[in-house]
Amino acid sequence: MNIFFFHLMPYGDLDLSYTDKYDSAWVTLPNTYFDRSKGTAIYDRYIGELSLADELGFDGICVNEHHQTAYGLMPAPNLIAGALTRTTKKAKIAILGRALPLVNNPVAIAEEFAMLDQMSGGRIITGFVRGIGSEYFASGIDPTLSHARYYEAHELILRAWTEPGPFRYHGRHYSFDYVNIWPRPVQLPHPPVWIPSQGSIETIEWCAAKERKYTYLQTFSPIELAQKNFDAYRACAEKAGYKAQASQLGWAIPTYVAETDEIARRELQPHIEAFFNKFLRFPIEMRMPPGYSSIASTKMLIERKYAVRASQQTIDTLGDLGMCIYGSAKTVREKLLHHQKEMGIGNLIAMLQIATQPAEQTEKSMRLFAAEVAPYLRANASTAVAAE
Amino acid sequence: MADNVTTETVDVRGLKLKVQQAGSGETILFLHGAGGSNWTGLLDRLATKYRVLLPEHPGFGRSQIPDWMMSVGDLALFYLDFMTASKLDNVHLAGHSLGGWLTAEIAIRNTTKLRSVSLLAPAGIAVEEAPFGDVFLWNHEQSTRAQFHDQALAEKRLTVAPDLDIALQNKSAVARLAWNPRFSNPQLPFWLHRIDKPTLLLWGREDRVIPYACHVPYKNGIAQAQMETIDLCGHAIHNEKPAEAAAVIEKFLSGVKA
Repeated sequence: MNIFFFHLMPYGDLDLSYTDKYDSAWVTLPNTYFDRSKGTAIYDRYIGELSLADELGFDGICVNEHHQTAYGLMPAPNLIAGALTRTTKKAKIAILGRALPLVNNPVAIAEEFAMLDQMSGGRIITGFVRGIGSEYFASGIDPTLSHARYYEAHELILRAWTEPGPFRYHGRHYSFDYVNIWPRPVQLPHPPVWIPSQGSIETIEWCAAKERKYTYLQTFSPIELAQKNFDAYRACAEKAGYKAQASQLGWAIPTYVAETDEIARRELQPHIEAFFNKFLRFPIEMRMPPGYSSIASTKMLIERKYAVRASQQTIDTLGDLGMCIYGSAKTVREKLLHHQKEMGIGNLIAMLQIATQPAEQTEKSMRLFAAEVAPYLRANASTAVAAE
Repeated sequence: MADNVTTETVDVRGLKLKVQQAGSGETILFLHGAGGSNWTGLLDRLATKYRVLLPEHPGFGRSQIPDWMMSVGDLALFYLDFMTASKLDNVHLAGHSLGGWLTAEIAIRNTTKLRSVSLLAPAGIAVEEAPFGDVFLWNHEQSTRAQFHDQALAEKRLTVAPDLDIALQNKSAVARLAWNPRFSNPQLPFWLHRIDKPTLLLWGREDRVIPYACHVPYKNGIAQAQMETIDLCGHAIHNEKPAEAAAVIEKFLSGVKA
């Protein structure tokens, strides 16, 4: 069981009353809401929290990429990962992930990851994503080409890491006469690739394919959906003729640990509600630009969205859906172990800083988690996973 | 839709195109906009004097956009093939919005089969001080309202729920053609001189989708351009002022005849 600490680097000072005037924390929310005098301290704090996770013995620390939003101040996650190679010693550094279709030169992504792999002494885990819908508004990339560009960029990056250069690559969307990256990555055959996703069956099948066996990471979704997708992954592996390992499955979950259940609930409530209601807020048109997903899945989301539009999420509705875990260390470890056994996952990605959550609460939660939750999970999870 | 509109399928090098038509006489080939191939009151009126053809662009309605089709330029060449396949000649080519842009892209490539060109609030050329509305970010209500100057007409239209499958399919095709650069081709202004036929530019003064000021580069770039304006009219000229629009177009076309 590997335990990771995940940071989104949100703009925690966001004036939450922005929703009186704007309908999204993404793309259209004026960046005058960002106080330029606060940024340096925010990065100091967040890089400190990621570095502390290494000291506290987390197996890995995770960053990710989002654009033009208060949700996350990491449009270039490899910059943060670069800093982390200097401030950390042991933890894996997972970049979950870079949004491949948004760039016009995927070779640059292969180069950056190779640099990070060398700089960290082979500690990086790479992540490949398509970017969320709003990022097609932010980048200008045609969302109808998202899948095609993703698969092509993936192929090009894998070849750049593994094949001797120079070689030629002429695809439909990317074209290079010379692909010949310096440095090459340390890890063989190449740095691990994880695929963070909300889960479509096509993505799961693609991850589980025998020639890839990529780790599938379920992000911020109801537990029922996570369970369904992990089962689907195992079924795909079975169909492909092998047995999926727990290490091929990861679950990302906002988590908060405090002295007691009551304190945890009281302290977490404003932050988890801000996370889902304010930071993860966009109109459906921004979330699902045309052609980004199939018409069937777009329709499903539109219909589901209309059904819940009226209702704001609360800590209780989120708790019921299994979209956050909180409580005393005892409560949290028991819940997590229960879910770990049910889902058969080998990677737990705990998001221990949530939206507006201040530094003191974050550090308290991280320390309690490292001291009283993680060891228990490590001790009990390995025997519990039949697949391992 | 009038009763006399018939639908047939035309095969263009293996790609099947749904074409609605009505009327007889000289041919108007009408190219629809981002909203899809709806037979409108404007076309009903034109069909009393002309043969009107309304093809549905590949990727709209219930069809898939072919993988090779990446731009309005590709679609323009496709329609030149369509004209050959359908043995069309001496065509009055007309189009609205995205279809107006398409009309201009066809005409800069080849006007030999064209008798005249009508551009109804065409997209295609971005004007810095008059940005296009963001039809991809607007929701259904915002989009519908932006089509009309008279909001009572928008509200009436909003009472009818759209077919979601078709709406999503159309939007996806529009994105392929017009996502970036948004609804425009920066090269188009450099080739407008190739449109060497009588050309009508028709705009609603209150257009909030492709603003009125966007007519200027077209007017300046096309030698035989004639600009007409309908007051108190938004982007959906064919729905908001069908009688006035038909009258302007008929007058223009009869001038072409003479």
